[in-house]
Amino acid sequence: MLTNEEVAQTIIQQFGQSVSDFDDPYDLLTFTADRDQLFALISFLKEHKTLQIGFLTDITAIHYPDTKGMEFCVVYHLHSLVNNFRLRIKVYLSDEDVHVPTIIPLFAGANWMERETFDLFGVIFDGHPDLRRILNMEEMDYHPMLKQYPLEDETREDKIDALFGR
Amino acid sequence: MASDIKMVEGPESYNGAGFQATSFDKLIGLARANSLWPLPFATSCCGIEFMSTMSSTYDLARFGSERPSFSPRQADMLLVAGTIAKKMGPILKQVYLQMAEPRWVMAIGACASSGGIFDTYSVLQGIDRIIPVDVYVPGCPPRPEQILDGVMQIQELAKNESLRRRNTEEYQKLLNSYNIQ
Repeated sequence: MLTNEEVAQTIIQQFGQSVSDFDDPYDLLTFTADRDQLFALISFLKEHKTLQIGFLTDITAIHYPDTKGMEFCVVYHLHSLVNNFRLRIKVYLSDEDVHVPTIIPLFAGANWMERETFDLFGVIFDGHPDLRRILNMEEMDYHPMLKQYPLEDETREDKIDALFGR
Repeated sequence: MASDIKMVEGPESYNGAGFQATSFDKLIGLARANSLWPLPFATSCCGIEFMSTMSSTYDLARFGSERPSFSPRQADMLLVAGTIAKKMGPILKQVYLQMAEPRWVMAIGACASSGGIFDTYSVLQGIDRIIPVDVYVPGCPPRPEQILDGVMQIQELAKNESLRRRNTEEYQKLLNSYNIQ
């Protein structure tokens, strides 16, 4: 049985400077990693004999428009099927440089997940063979999940603000 | 046992020995109304309710919809059941355009009628933004009985429709307002 502390120790021993902010909200080990070490880190976790973290569950992103310098956070959820152990890696990116290396060479499933993250947030994955929109229409010219765009459809005329507490 | 079966009444006609004289639109209306072949355009949860409407407990076939076809060329009514995203809109329009007149459209469920609970950037706020709709069945999802009620309303529309309706100027104007020729 792997524990969060053991895995955290293993990661810190290998990648000391590039990882930080270890936490376990709801018992899920979460930490922040540097973008340049990301590929090496996930590669290490996948090939490690004990950890065997060989399953990519999800790639997504969060937009924090108010924190300067760390506006985007790309989140990777990984899972070790052998040990039933999950972990979450966060990579913070600044507004000017929203690029992350792709992890398709490690996990083929990352292909569509990275396309979805690009479609909704505009995060560019360097090295992706076919980075284009997957869920929205190709003609859409903005990334809808960013905080500056409204969630609701703009063309409705029949919604009264009073009914929605506005 | 045979008395349980409900038969459709013949139209008003002048009967004689071996003949019956009535008017075309009554007869054609009767034939169309009792043999509406649906095209189930089922996208999400309302599609599942529609599946149960087609199966034996609620049985859509006894209303004449014996053959649900997935080919628009061979269908009379388009039943849109489920959420239609803006990406799906052109595809739905294409399916509608391929149907031959006379055709009826039924929007099943809240999402097809008005976008439903999904008032977002990606969901089409009602299919009547892209195609003309005849009957709306509200619900989330509507019960099979409500869907059958909707079909019965289309039957009423089909029975009472004038034969020239599809050629009238009013109808052409309606289609033009949706950019359909």
